[in-house]
Amino acid sequence: MLLLRRRDIVCRQAVELVTDYLEGSLSRRDRRRFEAHIRACPNCTAYLQQIRMTIDLTGTIEPDDLTPKAQSDLTELYRHWRSE
Amino acid sequence: MRVEGATLSAHSRPTLRAVDTDVEMVTRLRDGDEKAFVMLVGRYQQPMLRLARCFVPSQAVAEEAVQDTWLGLVRGIERFEGRSSFKTWLFRILVNRAQSAGSREHASAPLDELHAVDPARFTAQGQWAKPVDRWIEESEERLDAAMWAPILKSALEGLPPRQRQVVILRDMEGLSNNEACTVLGISVGNQRVLLHRGRSQLREILDAKIAKG
Repeated sequence: MLLLRRRDIVCRQAVELVTDYLEGSLSRRDRRRFEAHIRACPNCTAYLQQIRMTIDLTGTIEPDDLTPKAQSDLTELYRHWRSE
Repeated sequence: MRVEGATLSAHSRPTLRAVDTDVEMVTRLRDGDEKAFVMLVGRYQQPMLRLARCFVPSQAVAEEAVQDTWLGLVRGIERFEGRSSFKTWLFRILVNRAQSAGSREHASAPLDELHAVDPARFTAQGQWAKPVDRWIEESEERLDAAMWAPILKSALEGLPPRQRQVVILRDMEGLSNNEACTVLGISVGNQRVLLHRGRSQLREILDAKIAKG
């Protein structure tokens, strides 16, 4: 997303590159710069860790339970569709 | 490089298991096995409702779109060729149904220029002026999911629909970026921008709650 120049990236840029980094869509050179920045910057390391925790936590959200009525209504519909 | 806190996403394993049995269910459904249909309903009814709700104005319309999808599945099961995963195929049918039922206005709305982090938290040189707080102590590995997942769930409901669609498919349903693009009919680049914004906003909402304690 951001075109990086030769110089090192700064924190403001690093936070915008986090998703590209996690998606593996940075060029090799940009990835190296990003990783070098993260290694040197505890604040951006903490930020990246928070994004990872957010992703993990999102993965733990369970959908609401299916009600028995919804289940039986759909089963009824299935029988109806099959009999048509 | 492996940055601390990297873990396998919580949903990766169950999803892999589900892929195996989806194929089996599809085979049984082709033979008219009602139990296979009931199993698939148990597995996908609620996730489909959650996704459909991003496209349509009410729960009732979402339920109709999902029911339409089940009918489409039962009628069209012969057309499933297994080139994509069953889940991707099913969700794609759903999104088609939900898009025709709902308004498509937001689908073409331009993406505003947004920031992952409030620009006021950086110095003029782009370094942190007000760094993020630490969420966990050194000794802890992760956040308490039972405590924070409900907060995240309501935060998710507040995301703009297009971001919510992508976050649901990627981070809750465990689809790959290509699968999510197939389901939503969007480009990989667009998907990444939406995912970036969605995740950034969720982090910020969690951060505000955690900071408050």
